[in-house]
Amino acid sequence: MSGFTAFALRRAVSAVLTLLALSVIIYVVFYATPGNVAQITCGPRCSPEQVHQVAQQLRLDDPLYLRYWHFLQGIVAGHDYSTGTSVEHCPAPCLGLSYQSDQQVTRIILNKLPVSLSLVVGAMVLWLLLGVGTGVLSAWRRGRFTERALTGITLAGVATPVFVIGLVLMIVVCGQLELLPFPEYVSFSDDPEQWMWGLLLPWVTLALGEAAYFARLTRASMLETLAEDHIRTFRAYGVGERSIVGRHALRGALAPIIALNANDFGSAMGGAVLVESLFGLPGIGQELVHAVTVVDLPVVVGMVLVIGFFVVLANAVADVLYAVADRRVVLA
Amino acid sequence: MSEALVATEVPEASVPGASGARQFWRRLRAQRAAMVAAVVVALLVLVALAAPLLTALEGQDPTTYHPSLIDSARGGVPIGSFGGVGGEHWLGVEPQTGRDLFARLVYGARVSLGVALAATAVQVFLGVVVGVAAALGNRWVDQLLSRITDIIVAMPLMIMALALLAVVPSSFPRPVLVALIIGFVAWGTIGKIARAQTLTLKELDYVAAARLSGWGTLRIARRELLPGLAAPVITYAALMVPANISIEASLSFLGVGVKPPTPSWGQMLTSADVWYQAAPQYLLLPAAALFVTVLALTVLGDGVRTALDPRAASRLRIGTGRRQESKAGKPEAAKTEAGRSEAAEEGIA
Amino acid sequence: MSLVHVTDLTVEFGDLRAVDGLSFRLEEGAALALVGESGSGKSTVASALLGLHRGTGARVGGSVEVAGVDVPRASDDELRRLRGAKAAMVFQDPLSSLDPYYAIGDQIAEVYRVHTRASRRTARARAVEVLDRVGIPDAVRRSRSRPHEFSGGMRQRALIAMALACEPRLLIADEPTTALDVTVQAQILDLLHTLRAETGMGLLLVTHDVGVAAGSVDDVLVMRHGRAVEQGPVAAVLGAPGEAYTRELLAAVPRVDAPRAPSGPAGEVVLEARGLRREFGRGRKAFAAVDDVSLTVRRGETLGVVGESGSGKTTLGRMLVGLLEPTAGEVRHDGHARVGVNPAVQMVFQDPVSSLNPRRNVGESIADPIRARGERDEQRIRGRVKELLERVGLEGARYDRYPHEFSGGQRQRVGIARALAADPRVIVCDEPVSALDVTTQAQVVALLGELQRELGLALVFVAHDLAVVRQVSDRVAVMRRGRIVEQGPADEVYDSPRDPYTRQLLAAVPALDPRIAARRRAERGEVAVT
Repeated sequence: MSGFTAFALRRAVSAVLTLLALSVIIYVVFYATPGNVAQITCGPRCSPEQVHQVAQQLRLDDPLYLRYWHFLQGIVAGHDYSTGTSVEHCPAPCLGLSYQSDQQVTRIILNKLPVSLSLVVGAMVLWLLLGVGTGVLSAWRRGRFTERALTGITLAGVATPVFVIGLVLMIVVCGQLELLPFPEYVSFSDDPEQWMWGLLLPWVTLALGEAAYFARLTRASMLETLAEDHIRTFRAYGVGERSIVGRHALRGALAPIIALNANDFGSAMGGAVLVESLFGLPGIGQELVHAVTVVDLPVVVGMVLVIGFFVVLANAVADVLYAVADRRVVLA
Repeated sequence: MSEALVATEVPEASVPGASGARQFWRRLRAQRAAMVAAVVVALLVLVALAAPLLTALEGQDPTTYHPSLIDSARGGVPIGSFGGVGGEHWLGVEPQTGRDLFARLVYGARVSLGVALAATAVQVFLGVVVGVAAALGNRWVDQLLSRITDIIVAMPLMIMALALLAVVPSSFPRPVLVALIIGFVAWGTIGKIARAQTLTLKELDYVAAARLSGWGTLRIARRELLPGLAAPVITYAALMVPANISIEASLSFLGVGVKPPTPSWGQMLTSADVWYQAAPQYLLLPAAALFVTVLALTVLGDGVRTALDPRAASRLRIGTGRRQESKAGKPEAAKTEAGRSEAAEEGIA
Repeated sequence: MSLVHVTDLTVEFGDLRAVDGLSFRLEEGAALALVGESGSGKSTVASALLGLHRGTGARVGGSVEVAGVDVPRASDDELRRLRGAKAAMVFQDPLSSLDPYYAIGDQIAEVYRVHTRASRRTARARAVEVLDRVGIPDAVRRSRSRPHEFSGGMRQRALIAMALACEPRLLIADEPTTALDVTVQAQILDLLHTLRAETGMGLLLVTHDVGVAAGSVDDVLVMRHGRAVEQGPVAAVLGAPGEAYTRELLAAVPRVDAPRAPSGPAGEVVLEARGLRREFGRGRKAFAAVDDVSLTVRRGETLGVVGESGSGKTTLGRMLVGLLEPTAGEVRHDGHARVGVNPAVQMVFQDPVSSLNPRRNVGESIADPIRARGERDEQRIRGRVKELLERVGLEGARYDRYPHEFSGGQRQRVGIARALAADPRVIVCDEPVSALDVTTQAQVVALLGELQRELGLALVFVAHDLAVVRQVSDRVAVMRRGRIVEQGPADEVYDSPRDPYTRQLLAAVPALDPRIAARRRAERGEVAVT
């Protein structure tokens, strides 16, 4: 398996490089924009002195690459910020200071991260189960009523934007039927049961749309596998339909499912932003929308980097899993 | 002329995979769902184009406030039954502002379709240019462009779009900005498809034959490669349009996309949940409009794919797809293919 | 009772009647070959024996009885018990016929367990046993490998092992060697022969290759358009065919032992390769597909380049026309070193499907070299293209037709016309007939010969088929692993080969005469020993 280890290592290195490139792009896009960066960063209510201080802390007199290097240093080693009267330490990974909320960006994100992770991970379990299950069922009952019905339902799922699903669910389930309380985040360590009930609707909302994509993909790749020659071989040897669909066709669909799950992680993050905003969950998505609305640049940059980190990580893990799942992949 | 010179075989009837616009239309027309979707899409486009005409017919416009039509004592609920539906305002008025709902809906169609189509155009243009350049360029060009494409693909679209919308000055026309941002952030997949397809096409014998004819690279790219690129790119682009509609709606719903007074379906839904009891159509109409539009475009996109992708046909013939093909095909053709892959295996070993 | 009894079988796909009133019997332990060109319905018959058309929308008529099972009327369960247990099938392409995700041993064990209810462990042991039986070395270890880790020949052995797992009474082999090199083909056919002798199972062999049938079966049934043309003992049908079509088919089969009709005297050297080498990959993965190859081609002569897959013959052909740059060495035209493509050196490609742009009409494709030369007069271009179309045996009026409206052989003629449009002095033909049926093959080969004599063309004929190469070549180069192992006048190379590899290749070629086939099989045994 040395070839495999080497592949995993190469993939890890390329993930780090991708992340670096991403950070350069983001840094340049956000800090090299025309206009008074210090003023924008500090916020509209800042006094000229405050703006001046921000400009110094951001080292706006330095050339861009030095500033980026400084930013990178902060992530790796941390920073000390002088606020004029005292020195504030910002430990690694330091993503800078939010001047508008007067907090360290890393701390803001760490406060909000558990909410978002609870939401996305829970929803992912749900959409994988629901989506792959529906896809397998469609492929198994192909050509019959079940398949047509499921195809129609998944099509509707794909066609409905996440926030519309959420709106309708919230109004029907919480408002009209009063089956569930309006979603609310309770920390898992405080009360696991409340945590679950509070997140149930957000999970379902986020999972439904994604599940529809997975159902379509699973069905399509299973049908594709079922049309391949080796399926004919097993038919010609008297192997039953259950084994052909459940063992051979599903195995063939596994690799594309893993690949989609990685690619979809990013779009699920986008979905999480919508769901958090809709249900008022205090996650990083909601914080990002807030930061964008008030143009709190350090927070926006930090958030995008952190989310980018998770997406790149998910992609790298999925690539390695893909190589395990699809042993035909040339490890190069 | 000797007997050997007269071709005596009979050509196969119609070969699957043979392309041409006529065949595409024939395959598309054969799908009832896709045709229904096409009619719906055509109607939507018509509504969007005729928005000024329709609102003129109603006698309203999408931006005028009607404070007299809302009950400010009850927080801005529209006065009258069903949110103020009547001869004046066909679908009632917006809560709080009293703007005409019908006018906002039809102008919203303009924004939705316009932004989605423009974004798709940007995505296709960037993707095809970068993908083809990567495939035709030397190893370093390919490496560089492929890495960039990878990073673009890895970037979470919604997040990047959100963030970018924060830094652009608000004086920039919002719908154009949204279209550009979606276009610039999400061309990666089309780039990958264009590169892969060009690499495949480049290896085809007919491209080699064109080179032997003495034509230059540009003419070969235009004559032999680009037409072959059309099918996969159109297929994917057709599915990007509904996705882009969803994204624009989502951004506007979050309040960072298209901003008032320009109407957008997603933006109308931002505060709809507060009003759903008093003015249910304020929630239902834009939601339904979004749903129908995205659904119709998705079904149409699926139809386009089935019509363009020969493999889709074999997917329908479950389990025996290859069997019938191999019956019609030449056994020797398979031989040399397998031979090639074996050669490739030997090469790797 | 016969092992297989087919009466008045018809199979229809929509409007297409693939099999039309076919009847035959196969006795217990006997071997029958279904021989026919593409579209003859032979593979459809093979599938019908196992009821594989059930549920596909194909209409099957007549009666099919296999090992006592009435296939069209059997229940699904009865059919499943027949498949694999009493009658097993070996398919054409061994790579796509196995599940790429599971180990070979597990796949065989799965099939075994379906029919025997054996334990996992027993089934696994049985898998190793049959793999060992078909000659896979180190079967215990190799049973854990996935199909892509096997070579083509080994995969076909594994597929045969799967067929043997339940000791069937009938083996149906559908083009079992078509995807294999000639030496590997011989090994697989020998294996089938041995297994049949040992187990006494019946064999139904489906093939397009009369030579493959001749050496492997007792009886042969020649099919055309879904009907039986002729049927009888193999020596009788091939030795003294009674039907015109059988005679035509046999006449078209190229013979490896028949010398070529002498051609005119060769002229000056028009194409020369000196020390050609081409590497692919970089670093540790680098390998030389072509290594130090030198050859010359003269005006009016044909140089045959023959080799198995992976021998580098296609890479060599592409370097000769300038589509690939050599890593080392040079290609010279008329005594001058040249780089890149040159209209005077053209190519005819292997695959008639991918060698023509499906989106352009054939006239435009043929006109390409004329336009590229700078000709602008549309009338003159059209006239010249029509002339070329007629020259290769097609109607000039088909200028505006698209490739899919042509058959494989006709498309190959279009490809030849396109090459001629450049007024070349040399044409490199890369497997120009390997995708064609044997009768079409003969026509295209004859066309190339006529054009050569008429225009004084130099031809380089690259192919894997030794018999075809002998048929067309004045001189022959035999390639192996990127090198030329033997080069010389065709008759010399074929009649008294010096290199052991050439001898091995020639011994592997299937013979049309069953007696010669038996003798060759014996010889191969000796070659393999030495």
